Amino acid sequence: MLAAIGVGSMDDLLVDIPSSLRLESLALPAGLSEFETMAQVESLAARNRIFADRLTFRGGGVYRRFIPAAVAAVTSKPEFYTAYTPYQPEASQGTLQAIYEFQTLIAELTALDVANASMYDGATAVAEAAMMAHIHTGRNEVLVAGYLHPEYLEVLRAFSEGRGIKVRKGVEANSKTAAVIFQQPDFLGLLVDARGLTESAHKAGALAIACVDPISLAILAPPGEYGADIAAGEGQQLGLSLSYGGPHVGFIACSKELVRRLPGRLIGTSHDAAGRRGFVLTLTAREQHIRRERATSNICTNHSLCALAASVYMTYMGAEGLRQIAEVSFKRAHALADRLSKLPGWEMAFPDRQFLYEFPIRVPKGPALNRRLARKGILGGLDVHRWFRELKGVQTFTCTEVNDARALDELVEAVAG
Amino acid sequence: MTELLSFEKSRPNAHGPRLPDADVDGPGSADLLPSDQRRANPPGLPRLSEPEIMRHYGRLASLNYSISEQFYPLGSCTMKYNPVANEVAAALPGFTDLHPYQDEDSVQGALSLMWRLEQALCAVVGVERVTLQPAAGAHGEWTALRMIQAFHRSRGESRTEVLVPDSAHGTNPASAALSGFHVVEVKSGADGRISLADLESKLSPSVAALMLTNPNTLGLFEREILDVAELVHATGAKLYYDGANLNAFMGICRPGDMGFDAVHMNLHKTFTTPHGGGGPGAGPVGVKADLVPFLPTPTVERLNGHLKLDFKRPQSIGRVRSFYGNFGMLVRAYTYILAMGGDGLTQASLDAVLSANYLRNEVKDVLDMPHDGACMHEFVASARNLAPHGIKALDVAKGLLERDFYAPTIYFPLVVPEAIMVEPTETESKATLDAFATAIKEIVKQAVEDPQSLHEAPHGLPVGRLDEVATARQINAYLQGQSEDPVLRWKPAS
Amino acid sequence: MAERRYTKSHEWLTVDGKTATVGITDFAQSQLGDVVFLELPAPGRKLSVHESFGVVESVKAASDLYSPVAGRIAAVNDKLAAHPELINSDPYGDGWILKVELAGELPADLMDEAAYKKVAGA
Repeated sequence: MLAAIGVGSMDDLLVDIPSSLRLESLALPAGLSEFETMAQVESLAARNRIFADRLTFRGGGVYRRFIPAAVAAVTSKPEFYTAYTPYQPEASQGTLQAIYEFQTLIAELTALDVANASMYDGATAVAEAAMMAHIHTGRNEVLVAGYLHPEYLEVLRAFSEGRGIKVRKGVEANSKTAAVIFQQPDFLGLLVDARGLTESAHKAGALAIACVDPISLAILAPPGEYGADIAAGEGQQLGLSLSYGGPHVGFIACSKELVRRLPGRLIGTSHDAAGRRGFVLTLTAREQHIRRERATSNICTNHSLCALAASVYMTYMGAEGLRQIAEVSFKRAHALADRLSKLPGWEMAFPDRQFLYEFPIRVPKGPALNRRLARKGILGGLDVHRWFRELKGVQTFTCTEVNDARALDELVEAVAG
Repeated sequence: MTELLSFEKSRPNAHGPRLPDADVDGPGSADLLPSDQRRANPPGLPRLSEPEIMRHYGRLASLNYSISEQFYPLGSCTMKYNPVANEVAAALPGFTDLHPYQDEDSVQGALSLMWRLEQALCAVVGVERVTLQPAAGAHGEWTALRMIQAFHRSRGESRTEVLVPDSAHGTNPASAALSGFHVVEVKSGADGRISLADLESKLSPSVAALMLTNPNTLGLFEREILDVAELVHATGAKLYYDGANLNAFMGICRPGDMGFDAVHMNLHKTFTTPHGGGGPGAGPVGVKADLVPFLPTPTVERLNGHLKLDFKRPQSIGRVRSFYGNFGMLVRAYTYILAMGGDGLTQASLDAVLSANYLRNEVKDVLDMPHDGACMHEFVASARNLAPHGIKALDVAKGLLERDFYAPTIYFPLVVPEAIMVEPTETESKATLDAFATAIKEIVKQAVEDPQSLHEAPHGLPVGRLDEVATARQINAYLQGQSEDPVLRWKPAS
Repeated sequence: MAERRYTKSHEWLTVDGKTATVGITDFAQSQLGDVVFLELPAPGRKLSVHESFGVVESVKAASDLYSPVAGRIAAVNDKLAAHPELINSDPYGDGWILKVELAGELPADLMDEAAYKKVAGA
């Protein structure tokens, strides 16, 4: 090949690199066979402790749920996972249609008009929603009401600082407020007054941004039903494994008025000269590759493959399957809360508040308890005091369809013993 | 061939998965939740049985071009083969079933993998530390600029401008603007490289950073990079490296040695994590010592052989993503680096440069080459020599699709009219490169002899060229209340 | 019809008494391709010379619009919302964008047709 190019050596092709910059070699070990590579990677995996699904009671934004085998069977198809962003629509109809279906599924779930092709995660989805509100209203402050996931809040602050937006905690919106952001159910698992918060945001001329749990929307009023302008959230529960926090998938849906402010990719229907329906990337003039420094967002990559997993999951479950999962989780969490709160020294942290399948409870000697539970193979509650000073001794426990009735018995016995 | 939407195929009585009963006594949601908290109308989700799901998505998969089936020479995207071992590694239960809020003692394998990956990336690009948190390239760019901003602020300096070359990827100016910077464009010279004179005229004490990729988006190595670094550093500004083109010189040279202070990498380009139809990716950022205090939290630290997450970093820019980044992608990249080793990564870059130069040479007589001399891992051609026949870069792209190749990147970089940007990567055989060159020659011949048939390309794909103008206009009609069809989602016929 | 004048950023204007009509040139529309959307200001807003007042979008490009003159927006072409293609089909007629009530003198950098043709490379 060198001869075909008409050069004598590779160095002739690298003449533009100043010789003072050339490396002798890379300071890394030599390569390995596949067998040796996998042995090393497996030994790292083996140094992690894995808790059984049914004995995992920890949530905090990432949850153990039943993942149908069909999900991985679809996402492991190389035609999906080795394709790229569908710039050439004629050769990318599979990805384009799958994303269009995802957009429709999220719009249906949130009861809003339009959803985008996906975001990196729940945290960046909430932050981008706040940026949409800032651009739309021209106002420079966002209000965070109640217990928003603490990591989402941190990401929101990092995004806002760059753009000169102030993030304030509270519920009193005023004429400077671009949006009121709340999480439903909140980080502790408790239900908030989404309707009331939305109304008070609107009274001040601000937008209402609801950070929502997709499974909860099978039974809980969705943002579109109480008039929120933007829904954002994390889709991990829709068929994605924990994976130490990622990759997962964020989503954003909004009302018609805000569609032109949406960040990221959007897919629409189109047709060719023969009248055949097809799907294309559209409204791209909002995006970074055309608008450059004036783009809504700098997002380029989305999380297509994770969105595909979520689509397969939702399509297999259907609305009824999702409702059953939410209901089973609800019943088990309430049964567990009832039993734990009767133990000596245990009490519900917010006894007057409703919850779905995650709840905060005051626990005596939390750290020692979690060590004891771990010895019995149980991943116990999440200590939320590390983020919230006022919640000393409070842990959140989560129950889903994977925590069977016998697992609840084992947890209660282990706590009591 | 087209496939109906899942919504159109949906059957309300399709067999969904069998789900467990609650098996506990106690209230259900209808007993406890007030009606205004409950959903009034169920979501309109489709429902298909498992065999129908497998068939639906199987057919959709068959409508895609992908690296597994086609050559995918998308310039600037480094579409190299994705080794299967990466996928097997990332699917190990010891990784997939790990909860991000487990105690440090129980996740030492994961932290160790992150630590080792960080060390390997430091070695490849020549920096002090790396954050693995950013989820994608653009996210990494923005993270780097936020760190540079925090650095200047910590010294009591308010620098408001970021310099970006006119040939840069669109995310560069967008990321700078999102960090609150004013973007100032630096011109390319006639040789396609950054103009030192123009750079000098735009440098001032209010410049925070110059964003540069090297080799640049034209596939050309910035020969004067050491002079660029000296000029930039003399004004107190930082030099940011866009890692889109890192595949050009692993083991050959390092951005850190060139004087770059912050270096972003795309694991989904250089380190073979799959592109997934547009993500998930991962965009780690490496920094030199004086930017280390500003890294996002948490960092992974090693103390007496024990690994821990460090959240107490007072000067940190904070979090840019939840948890610790796209961990599953980190596993894949680490697996690739282990298998390749220092020798293999170096060979990969050498082969990538060889492939690009070979292919450039094969097509240089039929397409316009705006820049002379050797290229690095990719080259930019132009279809402007076909303009007399009414043929554009877009037509060439569609002609390639028709011949079972994915198309190169077209109309980028913006500084070359009718640009066709080809990045073959090191994982393609000479036979594939030859077949692609033959296809280009056929298309150029067709452009002269039968331009109309090329305007109508591609034939034989699931759909022909789609009417994007009609789509955009219909959406705007919907947004302005003149139509009921949202275009961006399916709705049942009413 | 009053004489048409041009800007370097490819807007045109005609002046009738105290009112200027503003649009984009035929060259500009041909470079943009099929226009699909315009983001336009509300009447009443005050503009200074070279101030960005809106955006015109095609499927492949988005371009800012700059006011060639200073003044107050007296009218915005409502038809463009439903028919952005008027920018392509009749850029100097039904595709007009703004009417501006002039404040002060016309800027000195406006070009006549011959000068603009050189800028547009025609």
